[in-house]
Amino acid sequence: MVSRKALTVTMAASLGFGAVLAGCGDSGDGGDKGGASGQKVTIKLMHLWPAGSSATQNKIVNDIINEYQAANTNVTIEQEVLENEQYKNKMKVLSTSDKLPDVGMTWAAGYMEPYVKGEMFAPLDDLLQGELKDKFVKGTTEAYAFGGKTYALPVELNIVPVYYNKAIFAQYNLQPPKTYDEFKKIVQTLASNGVTPIALGNKDRWTGSLWYMYLADRLGGPETLKKAIDRTGSFEDPNLIRAAQEITQLVDMNAFNKGFNGLSNDEGKAEFMNSKAAMYMMGTWELPNYTTNKDVPQSFRDQIGFFKFPTVDGGKGNVESWVGGPGVGLFVSNNSKVKEEAKKFVSFFVQKWGEHAISEAGVIPATKVDTAKVKLPQLYIDLLNELNKASNITLFADVQMNPASAEVHLNMIQALYGKAVTPEDFVKKHEESLAKETGK
Amino acid sequence: MDKVMSNKTVIALFVWPSLLLLVVLIYMPIVLTGYYGLMDWDGVGGMAFIGLANYKELLRDGLFWNSVKHSFLLAVFSTVSLLVYLLVALVLSARIRGANVFRKIYLIPMLLSSVAIAQLWLKIFHPTNGILNDALARLGVQDTPEWLSNPSIVLYAIFIPILWQYAGFYILIYYAALKNVPADLIEAARIDGAGPWRVAVSIRIPLIAEVIKVTVVLAIVGSLKYFDLIYVMTGGGPNGASEVMASYMYRKAFREYDFGYASAVGFCLLLICLIMTWLIRKATAAKDNVQYS
Repeated sequence: MVSRKALTVTMAASLGFGAVLAGCGDSGDGGDKGGASGQKVTIKLMHLWPAGSSATQNKIVNDIINEYQAANTNVTIEQEVLENEQYKNKMKVLSTSDKLPDVGMTWAAGYMEPYVKGEMFAPLDDLLQGELKDKFVKGTTEAYAFGGKTYALPVELNIVPVYYNKAIFAQYNLQPPKTYDEFKKIVQTLASNGVTPIALGNKDRWTGSLWYMYLADRLGGPETLKKAIDRTGSFEDPNLIRAAQEITQLVDMNAFNKGFNGLSNDEGKAEFMNSKAAMYMMGTWELPNYTTNKDVPQSFRDQIGFFKFPTVDGGKGNVESWVGGPGVGLFVSNNSKVKEEAKKFVSFFVQKWGEHAISEAGVIPATKVDTAKVKLPQLYIDLLNELNKASNITLFADVQMNPASAEVHLNMIQALYGKAVTPEDFVKKHEESLAKETGK
Repeated sequence: MDKVMSNKTVIALFVWPSLLLLVVLIYMPIVLTGYYGLMDWDGVGGMAFIGLANYKELLRDGLFWNSVKHSFLLAVFSTVSLLVYLLVALVLSARIRGANVFRKIYLIPMLLSSVAIAQLWLKIFHPTNGILNDALARLGVQDTPEWLSNPSIVLYAIFIPILWQYAGFYILIYYAALKNVPADLIEAARIDGAGPWRVAVSIRIPLIAEVIKVTVVLAIVGSLKYFDLIYVMTGGGPNGASEVMASYMYRKAFREYDFGYASAVGFCLLLICLIMTWLIRKATAAKDNVQYS
């Protein structure tokens, strides 16, 4: 009996310890890897390009890491890869416990504001003054700057054109529009012939925001929306109301595919990719689908062209003004134990990314590009040329705003498209939210 | 073995690991959530104590009350559909042809993950390619509904997969309970001339009253904190038309970076669930339990 009791006690105890040990295993791996001693260094990198959904980008990241590790044998780079949404959540959770990765990715402006205010990101100005001086396209790093310091370095630069299906346009004798009136005629022609004019998946909401941003820009010029957001102006500007009215008019004209408010961007895009819709507005990150992506039939890729959002009669906006901006950027954690090494890696990464991004991924990097060296698809070159001519690039509205106002904006966009709010209420809700957030 | 199990040291030894886990993983977060609810905190930087300001704002927050309303609607729908599940279980537990097959069919949704179910129903509800609208169009409906983007129907559209998802679970519980009703009681009633309906109402259902009570609590509390399918299918949209309490909490915390406020929402959710459970217990406790005799 005694031995049995002893056995039970041991078992119970070991059970308990086992549980505790298992519990510790997860959280205890962050320990100091001896970065200060200058020998073996481990840099943790968290990014959002999984091998499944962003195969090319993922491969480039791995190539860059391998190159870096080959050149710096004392450095090991540990990757953690998450999908977009999970990535944002994990950032949140890690930041509450001060455990951000040494190097990670962030979006510009409003998204990174809480992190910068919480002193989570290290300033990277020394890199910009040093080896990265003049490497970036003008205006890209500014979106990551707060109070004169830059807290992340961009890897991509995107502008948003309207892609269109040349075959569908030809079938109905249509030309890419120069004015908004022409554009509306195209919409009318297509809709009356039973072709969906524009593919849109507005469950994601920022997709619908793009159209609104362009209308606001063409009507009121690039400053109107910017000023309404930074509070030197007002959202109740007549041009911003008019832009909202134009959206409801487009909805009334059946310009968008059916059920757009319940479809994700991918589902909306499918209408365009299946040649069921004639136009699709999206960032240049979609370019590979129309140029190099082997999964998309060549015949479809050949049919795709793009046009700039047309000017509105009497509007102040210029056709060379774009919606877009830098995509994700790399930050270095302020708490990192290997900060200097991490910065070095970021600098290396950004430069290498520029080279690989053009030739392999077909996306536009934030660093300056020498296009003479590589053979590129025509569509890509055309857009790159447009980018060089751009008179203005307006950063995505939801990125410009702080998170709470951005949420109001996105919900209002969905409500506007669904005709659940009037254009007047639409701007009023924006005004209220923006005023409240800055008053705080 | 009995001796060992009644030894207090052994009991303590066996209990402490799970007690520790329970305290650390369940009770501490609850207390912390209540604590965070008193803070103005974006989840990243420092916290500032603001007392009950979050809760006061919550009382005036129309979007929050909207989500509460939606959660309660879901609870009502779930409870009402329990009747249907019970009916199905009653039929299945009678010796009908193919009962086994039906039981398995009803159980299948239970085996799928919520995300898979969400994807499946997204396809079904697709405004142009979905089989639902396709079928309606074939039947001659001109203007097929936009299930997930029409704010006035999205909530009800999304209830369908949720109720479907849990059907098997409740049917299984009822079925198992009904199988436990002593056969001699039913036989005795039959001999006395009771038909199947009479047997069900007077004998079988009263005898599983305890189980029914448990399922009502499960259904209501489960509905109030429901999240996953709604999050994947509509994200609470369009414009909050399908927002429930849990998705509103998520939105506040992870999209708007207002952790303090989200914690307050979470705490309210907990309180509402506790109150509801207590009310149901209170409402059903008065009746005497029917005993096998």
